[in-house]
Amino acid sequence: MEDFWVFALWALKTWLCLLIGLIMVPAMFGFSLGISEAYMNILVKTLEWATLNIQKVTDERTLKPSASNGLIQREDGSMEKELEELRSSRPKPLVGGDFALSDCFYFTRKGIESIVEDEVTQRFTSEELVSWNLLTRTNNDFQYISLKLTLVYGIGIFVRYCILAPLRITLAFIGLSWLVIGTSAVGLLPNWRMKFWLSEWVHVMCYRICARGLSATIRYHNRENKPQKGGICVANHTSPIDIVILCNDGCYAMVGQVHGGLIGVIQRAMVRSCPHVWFERAEMKDRHLVTKRLTDHVNDKEKLPILIFPEGTCVNNTSVMMFKKGSFEIGATIYPVAIKYDPNVGDAFWNSSKHSMLNYLLRMMTSWALVCNVWYLPVMHQQEGEDAVQFANRVKSAIARRGGLVDLQWDGGLKRSQPKVWFKEEQQKQYSSMVVGDDSSSHSD
Amino acid sequence: MGSRASTLLREEEIEEIKKETGFSHSQITRLYSRFTSLDKGENGTLSREDFQRIPELAINPLGDRIINAFFPEGEDQVNFRGFMRTLAHFRPIEDNEKSKNAAVSEPLNSRTNKLMFAFQLYDLDRDDKISRDELLQVLRMMVGVNISDEQLGSIADRTIQEADTNGDNSISFNEFIKVLEKVDVEQKMSIRFLH
Repeated sequence: MEDFWVFALWALKTWLCLLIGLIMVPAMFGFSLGISEAYMNILVKTLEWATLNIQKVTDERTLKPSASNGLIQREDGSMEKELEELRSSRPKPLVGGDFALSDCFYFTRKGIESIVEDEVTQRFTSEELVSWNLLTRTNNDFQYISLKLTLVYGIGIFVRYCILAPLRITLAFIGLSWLVIGTSAVGLLPNWRMKFWLSEWVHVMCYRICARGLSATIRYHNRENKPQKGGICVANHTSPIDIVILCNDGCYAMVGQVHGGLIGVIQRAMVRSCPHVWFERAEMKDRHLVTKRLTDHVNDKEKLPILIFPEGTCVNNTSVMMFKKGSFEIGATIYPVAIKYDPNVGDAFWNSSKHSMLNYLLRMMTSWALVCNVWYLPVMHQQEGEDAVQFANRVKSAIARRGGLVDLQWDGGLKRSQPKVWFKEEQQKQYSSMVVGDDSSSHSD
Repeated sequence: MGSRASTLLREEEIEEIKKETGFSHSQITRLYSRFTSLDKGENGTLSREDFQRIPELAINPLGDRIINAFFPEGEDQVNFRGFMRTLAHFRPIEDNEKSKNAAVSEPLNSRTNKLMFAFQLYDLDRDDKISRDELLQVLRMMVGVNISDEQLGSIADRTIQEADTNGDNSISFNEFIKVLEKVDVEQKMSIRFLH
């Protein structure tokens, strides 16, 4: 018995030494020993090999190649054009409104198309993959293809759950506790230059440890455009991990609501060492107060750039949804950033209506890895004669183009609420003008 | 998420649906995954609320009527079979289907069935007739508040007059077919399904 405990202690010690030597120290100073690169290389090779094998087998079984995205091809004609085509077979009446029983075909087809496939709800479920990536949580569930593949799948489970997961959980734990301890300690220092420097170092180090806890491989592009102090950094939002990804390359001031529990502890610790903008729940509703505190922060050139996700909700990383105008009203310099994850090695999207935060993190830690690209886009300013909404749209389009994402007008808030009646009324108005002609006789009502 | 979609749908079921609706194997499994992702209650059926949660459908002026078409009278749940049967009306008509003997059993996506679908959008009380009142109600859904009662009334009157051949002041299905005989129903009531 005694021997067992000695051995356990020894194992734990070695484990921690290895952890500190191989991961913590490199993370502190931001260099890499090449272990994760080697792992990524093996992973990429394995997945390529698996894809090839799957294709070989499925090609034999069915004639069709693996399914591409999209279930239907939409008819994109405008209402005017479509209705004209529908009415072409009958003469236009001379008096009274123009209506044909076939007009409903247009709305019917639109409606059915949206039932089969729509632009909004699909953005809130995981992206469909073209080929199975040997994880059981994608659109392609476990499937028996060949003995070889099943073996690799089995080894994958072992590696992911028995080796990677404990390692990653330890790392995340260390990273987060370090964040709390480190920032609290730095918070005790007087406000010297040294403090800013130390605070930044502690932050970045913790995020680097956390990123390793997710086996994140992040490629930053156009670093010359990195957000500077006194500006606002806006990015598309896929999951809370976005923050870890961005903070690996520099510090940001966060904006958000004060939470309770574990997140609350971290928030309180962080705000001690450098100024973040946390709001109480009641304060969030007061738009003026929010705007004022953001403006104050931005005007202080000593303070870190603010990081904001203007979509206001997590989207599955295939598209960018409407940007809320709030952050664009302040008139600050905007630093757009596009983040694109590689869906083949792990699904980064946080489906918050389905998984709790902890559940999500565990899923991430048992995935293969996290690979993502971050593009820093050139600075953008509000142009003359452009209102906040137009400016927000312009920034959104730029991010969508750079990240290869679909640019959508829809509000991400639709995840939880119904669309505004206004949209329906717009369509009715448009249709009415086709019925009675453009001089809209609505006044007579 | 629809991740386990393909496994929960049995092969025999797919075969039956294939026979009934004409959808291909891969279309059925993909539509099943769509079905499960719409099914927020996760009970294998869709309710009207599940449909209304699709924003594009919620803002469609005829959205409620279209949703209604999925539910047989008196029911408020639709299972995957029923869901597919309704969608099948919108499959394009393929060349080999045209030549088939229609007497055997008419495919769901035939011209007549497509027209029937449209007819039922107007026929609110399902009595196989479109009355002036029903037409007015559907017209109101499409135009909103933008057209006066008076003007809408005259549009309804004229439409019924044009279609009504037996003088009962309403439109029967046969009269409906006749009015729309020159319209390219096959194309306009079809959706291009891929694969």
